[in-house]
Amino acid sequence: MLKFDNVSKRYSEAGDVLSNISFHLERGEMAFLTGHSGAGKSTLFKLIALIERASRGQIYLGGHNVSHAQDRQIPFLRRKMGLIFQDFKLLQDRTVFDNVALPLAVAGYGHHEIARKVRAALDKVGLSGKEKKYPLTLSGGEQQRVGIARAVVNKPPMILADEPTGNLDPELAAEIMTLFTRFQQVGVTVLIVSHDIALIQKMDRRVLTLDHGRLVAG
Amino acid sequence: MKRAVKPVKPKPQLRQEIPQNKIAGGDFFDKLHAYRDLHAHALFSSLGRLVDKPFTTALTVGVLAISIALAACFYLLVENLEQLTGTIESSNQISLFLKDAVTEAEARRLVEKISKNHEIAEIKLIGKAQALTEFKANSGLDAALDALEGNPLPVVLEVLPTPAQSNVDALKRLQQALLQYPEVDEAQMDMQWLERMQSIIRLAEQATESISILLGLGVLFITGNTIRLELHNRREEVVIAKLVGATNRFIQRPFLYGGFWIGFLSGVAAWFIVTAIMLLLWRSVENLSLLYEGSFHLRFLDYGESVFLVLLSSGLGVAGSWAVLAYQLRQLRPE
Ligand SMILES: Nc1ncnc2c1ncn2[C@@H]1O[C@H](COP(=O)(O)OP(=O)(O)OP(=O)(O)O)[C@@H](O)[C@H]1O
Ligand SMILES: [Mg+2]
Repeated sequence: MLKFDNVSKRYSEAGDVLSNISFHLERGEMAFLTGHSGAGKSTLFKLIALIERASRGQIYLGGHNVSHAQDRQIPFLRRKMGLIFQDFKLLQDRTVFDNVALPLAVAGYGHHEIARKVRAALDKVGLSGKEKKYPLTLSGGEQQRVGIARAVVNKPPMILADEPTGNLDPELAAEIMTLFTRFQQVGVTVLIVSHDIALIQKMDRRVLTLDHGRLVAG
Repeated sequence: MKRAVKPVKPKPQLRQEIPQNKIAGGDFFDKLHAYRDLHAHALFSSLGRLVDKPFTTALTVGVLAISIALAACFYLLVENLEQLTGTIESSNQISLFLKDAVTEAEARRLVEKISKNHEIAEIKLIGKAQALTEFKANSGLDAALDALEGNPLPVVLEVLPTPAQSNVDALKRLQQALLQYPEVDEAQMDMQWLERMQSIIRLAEQATESISILLGLGVLFITGNTIRLELHNRREEVVIAKLVGATNRFIQRPFLYGGFWIGFLSGVAAWFIVTAIMLLLWRSVENLSLLYEGSFHLRFLDYGESVFLVLLSSGLGVAGSWAVLAYQLRQLRPE
C-alpha cells in the first residue's frame, strides 16, 4: 500500500532532514511513526501527502510510483488518502456539514450523494446532529473528529494523521485512537504520527521510529 | 461502524446502477447535474461574496466603470465628430465658372447634361446679370462696375453633390470629372477645412484606440489585483481544498466568476455613466444643431455597442483573474 525505497529529503537550509528511509506498510496495516522533535516525522508525512517531494529515492502508493507524479496528478492521488492534522485545518466560516462535504464537492459528487455520505461519516465519528454547527463552537475533541470525518468521508484506502491527538487530553486521545483502529478493522491502511509513547505502547501496533532523519526501528 | 464494513464500490458499477437510480430518482441525475450545479453555485456564491463586502466592491467597480466609461466616451466623441463632418460636408458645393463665351442658353443645356450624373444632388445656375447684381450688392463696387463696358462676370453653376460623395477623395474625383466639360473654365471648392477636419478625426480615432487599449489594460490589472487579494484572503480555504484533492480548475472557478462579476458590474455601471453624460450633453447639442438646420443629432451607444461594452468588460474581468490565478495557484502550495 505504502512503500518507501531509500528516500531522502534535503532542504537547502537544513541539509538532509530524512536519509535513506525504506519501509513497507501492507494494505490494512496500522502503524505509528514516532521520534524526537525535529526527527523528521512531519516531513515524512508531507512526502506521503505529496505536499513535499523527495530529493532522492522512490515512493509507492497503492503500487504506483508517485516520486515523479506531475502537479496535475496530485489532486487525484490525494483523493485516495485521508489527511488528518494536529491543528485540524477546518474552515471556521463553514458548518461541520460543509467541512466534511469538501472532499466530495471537490470530487464532483451530487448533492444527494454528498448529504448521504456526510451523514454516514459524521455518524461514524459520533457527531450526528452537529452538522449545522460551526467548528469554533465545538470542543477540541469534537473538532478533531470533524477532521477525521472529512478524512474518511470519501472512503480512502489510506489514512494519514500528523499528531492527531497532540492537543487533546488522554481520555479524548484514547477515544480518537479507538476510532482509528475501527477504520483499520475494515481494511484501511492507517499511519499515525505521534510522540505520545505511553499511548503508542498501549495500542500495541507496529512502530516506526525516526532519529535525526534515519529510521532506527520498525 | 456496521456501515463501514461495506466495501468501497468500484466506479464501473455506476453504469449498472443507472436503471435502479432512475426509479429511486436518486444519484444518476444527481451526478449528471453535479457539474452544472457546481458552476451555478460558484457563480452565485462569488456574487454573494461581492455583495457581502459592498464598500470594497463599490470602490473596485467604481474605478473600473470610470475607466471603461472614459474609453466609451472617447469612442462616442469620435463617432459623433464623424457624423458631424458628414452633415457639413454634404453642403460642400463645387462652383463651376464657365468660359466667357458660354451663353446662358448653353449653360442651361450643360446643367441638364450634368444633372444626369447621379453623384449630384442639385445644380443652381447663376446668370451673368444675377451674378453682377449679387456682386454689386456684396462688394460695394457699384460705381466701378458701372464704369465697365458690358458684364465681366462669367456664368456660374453651383453644384451640390449627394451626401454619398461627401468625403474629400470623392469630391476631388467629381471636381476632375466636371472639369472635363469644354464649357467649364474652372471648378472651385474650398476643401481645406474639410481636410483638416478629417485629419483631426483620424487623429482622434488613433488616440481613442491607444487610450482604450491602455484603459483596457488598466481594467485587466485592477481585476487581476482584486482577485489576487481575494485569493490571499482565502488562502487557508484554498490550501485546505488542495489538501483534500481539489484540482486547480476547481479552485479557480469561483475566483474566475468573481472576476466575471466585477467586469460585468463595471460594464453595466460604465454604460449608465456614459448614458448620463450623453443625456447631459444632449440638450445643448440639440440647440446647437438647430443652428445647422437640425441636421445633426447626438449619437448614443446603440444596442449592439452596449452589449459589446458589457461583454468586453466581463471578458476583461475573467481574463485578468485567469492570468493571476494561473500564476498564483502554481506558486501556492500547501504549507
Ligand atoms: N520547509 C522546511 N525548510 C527547511 N527545513 C525544514 C523545513 N521543514 C522542516 N525542516 C527541518 O526539518 C527537520 C524536521 O522537521 P519535522 O517538522 O519533520 O520534525 P518533526 O519530527 O515533525 O518534529 P515535531 O515533533 O517537533 O513536530 C527540522 O529540523 C526542521 O527544522
Ligand atoms: Mg511535526
